[in-house]
Amino acid sequence: MNKLLASAVAALVLASSPVLAQPTDILNASYDIARELFEAENAAYAATSATVTVNQSHAGSSAQARAILEGLQADVATFNQVTDIQKLVEGGYVSDDWASEFPNNAAPFYSFPSFLVRAGNPKGIKDWGDLAAEGVQVIFPNPKTSGNGRYTYLAARAWATEEYAGDEAKIEEFLTKLFANVPVFETGGRAATTAFTERQLGDVLVTFEAETLGVVKQLGADKYEAVVPSVSFLSEFPVAIVDKVVDARGSRDLAKAYLDFLFTPEGQEVAAANFHRPQDETVAAANASTFPEVRLVTVEDAFGGWDKVASEHFADGGLLDKVFVNQ
Amino acid sequence: MVGAPPRSAGSILLILLAFVFAGIALLAPLALIFSFALREGLGAYFAAIFEPGTLHAIFLTVVTAIIVVPINMFVGAALAWLVTRFTFRGQQLLVAVIELPAAISPIVAGVVYLFLYGNQGLLGPILQPLGLQIMFTPLAIVLVSLFVTAPYVARELIPLMRQQGTEDEEAALSLGANGWQMFWHVTLPNIRWGLVYGAVLTNARVMGEFGAVSVVSGSIRGQTNTLPLQINLLFNDFNIAGSFAAASTLALIAVVTLLIKSALEANVRG
Amino acid sequence: MAKQRSKHLLPGFGLTMGISLFYITLIIALPILAMLLKVAGMGLPEFWRIVSSNRALAAYRITFSSALIATVINGVVGLLLAWVLTRYRFPGRRILDALIDLPFALPTAVAGLVLVTLFADTGWYGQLLEPNGIKVNYTQLGIILAMTFTSIPFVVRAVQPVLEEVDADFESVATTLGASRWQVFSRIIWPTILPAFIGGCVLSFARSLGEFGAVVFIAGNLPGLTEIVSLLIFIRLDEYNYEAAAALAFVLLVVALATLIATNMLAAWQVRYVGRKS
Repeated sequence: MNKLLASAVAALVLASSPVLAQPTDILNASYDIARELFEAENAAYAATSATVTVNQSHAGSSAQARAILEGLQADVATFNQVTDIQKLVEGGYVSDDWASEFPNNAAPFYSFPSFLVRAGNPKGIKDWGDLAAEGVQVIFPNPKTSGNGRYTYLAARAWATEEYAGDEAKIEEFLTKLFANVPVFETGGRAATTAFTERQLGDVLVTFEAETLGVVKQLGADKYEAVVPSVSFLSEFPVAIVDKVVDARGSRDLAKAYLDFLFTPEGQEVAAANFHRPQDETVAAANASTFPEVRLVTVEDAFGGWDKVASEHFADGGLLDKVFVNQ
Repeated sequence: MVGAPPRSAGSILLILLAFVFAGIALLAPLALIFSFALREGLGAYFAAIFEPGTLHAIFLTVVTAIIVVPINMFVGAALAWLVTRFTFRGQQLLVAVIELPAAISPIVAGVVYLFLYGNQGLLGPILQPLGLQIMFTPLAIVLVSLFVTAPYVARELIPLMRQQGTEDEEAALSLGANGWQMFWHVTLPNIRWGLVYGAVLTNARVMGEFGAVSVVSGSIRGQTNTLPLQINLLFNDFNIAGSFAAASTLALIAVVTLLIKSALEANVRG
Repeated sequence: MAKQRSKHLLPGFGLTMGISLFYITLIIALPILAMLLKVAGMGLPEFWRIVSSNRALAAYRITFSSALIATVINGVVGLLLAWVLTRYRFPGRRILDALIDLPFALPTAVAGLVLVTLFADTGWYGQLLEPNGIKVNYTQLGIILAMTFTSIPFVVRAVQPVLEEVDADFESVATTLGASRWQVFSRIIWPTILPAFIGGCVLSFARSLGEFGAVVFIAGNLPGLTEIVSLLIFIRLDEYNYEAAAALAFVLLVVALATLIATNMLAAWQVRYVGRKS
């Protein structure tokens, strides 16, 4: 009994203090719907010559950024939005040239906000405009905690900007109606999905295409249909090494090698198999049948870059708060 | 008092009502856990239990209990001794402060620890440069578990020790026993069933704590996921069978807890 | 504070006082202090704006009304169970007695998972209720049932020992003197168990107010409809809105303290009451 206790205490101390020897594991703090993706990526990575154990933690992308700022010892952050990595940069956890450390602005794959409706699409939902109609209930996660939710806001705004030719009053009216149609804002993308599937809330779920296709595959095409809107918003999923943590743990090489793997053809194949659109053109071409054509606008084209989005839209009292009245 | 066999139709009706309620509200939920966990057969059940994430969650939950229960037994006994054997100023306040964690929402318990050990908190910024990371580690789970179960043992022992009085102990001292001898040979045998009872309650709460732990855990799969968090995680992974398999382990512990409690009650009350 | 008023025969004052103060400071007081400092750091207008926002007010209303209804249910059922357990001998009594404590032993997250499954439209209870238009999951009814389940034992366990003490001879004397059974109950038994009954109800109410694990599974968590205070705190934390989380947590802390004071006063009342009677 005493021995057991002693070893238990030792295990706790080890687990809670920085390991001084070369670590054999790293922690990937990731967004909510990437549970299956990174399980598959990690398995594929383990099948290579890598000996490292990659641990996973999943929650809303912004909630994960907060956890890292509060001390979650994540070696790598695989988020779904640049603004969440920027929070880590502001907190001194990630160097500000993180985007140039990996190819393609450090985004191995991408997706976009898309729709999931119940079989037969009873409410006839085809495009963003239908979401603001009276009597339609929309589910998407809380934009305050989830990058997924913020992309939905940006995509809806991008559509409205085209639709109403930039008339700000009309855009805000549309967005206010859209947000008023949301009965519940879950804190993470997966919780929003279970609200829609398990709790049968809402007529349409707005989430990444990666999730809509995943749900249709997992829960059955006889129950759900994926609907792609006329236009959506390019959602590149950035990855970064958390410098402050890897420097303290001595795990920089492990973290770098793991993130590099995500950009290799194998890593890209796994992403495509889990419905994340790969950046690698060869892999993308091979999986073209999975991913329908869609017109995506970029943050630069629609909003003039992430810095502007952060200060104009997502800051306290910004444009998001104006339409997010039920928060 | 000793009850009598029911005599009138009214009393039989009351007993039936009690059984119907217990069946609907207590027995059926218990049965449901095992029925869902075993729905896909024993093979699938054990596969779900031995899934590494769940196995580690069981390990972490057990380790947490192994650490927390003895500490709170020890401190609970000390608290009860202090409160029942001496009078001092601030005694009422002391008792109230010990009771507080039981009256508080578990979420608040998690929040206060975040505000203490988080990097934006009171002590976090001091500890962090020293390389002492507490939030989102098993240590944080142990600390909040200590917090939420702090009153359990003392709460059982205080009325018991008050009722027993101090004569036995004073007699032992007057016969020349020193303090430790008195405690081991007189006090401890007198309170042992109450102590075990309190420990059983503490254990049940530690193993089942959800709200407080979910704030401080960081839910790292295979590292800081306790069993209740693992159940929630599997539920959100659409893995209902796995979720119920994990839940069945806790339900089994609950049943054992009830059996021990029921056996002890005879000793404590009698 | 730790000054010994009178000289005691028994040893261990310094030791146990040291252990207790050290533990209480480190495990209980310091974390609470950290939160109080957080609350103190915000201005009063800011604090007031947060705790009186519409969403917070709705959360209080839902939490308090659900806890109140759950307590009433548990008051009635608890009295029935305590009565049956102390008054009658019958087969299965020990099992019934042990089963009462299940909600204490069963983790709340498991309770939540089970309840949501029982009341799903294909669940054991849901398939009976849903065709009749009764929806439990993700409604306030679900919150009430989750709170009821997790606090079943409080009233039973508070009333049971007192009921055992009520003198049966006294009752039979009253009966032979011509008192009806209802008169015996309302004049003799009820006044005796009343303080314990109220004490059990207060504990049950307090537990329901703070219940989180079981409720979040079944509540649906719609702001203004099925969102409880604990969940709102959790959401504010995830939003990195620490001021709001601290302010709301402070409200719950104050309520918890008030409950404690109420139970202590009740206990004192009970001692006086019983003392006067005997």
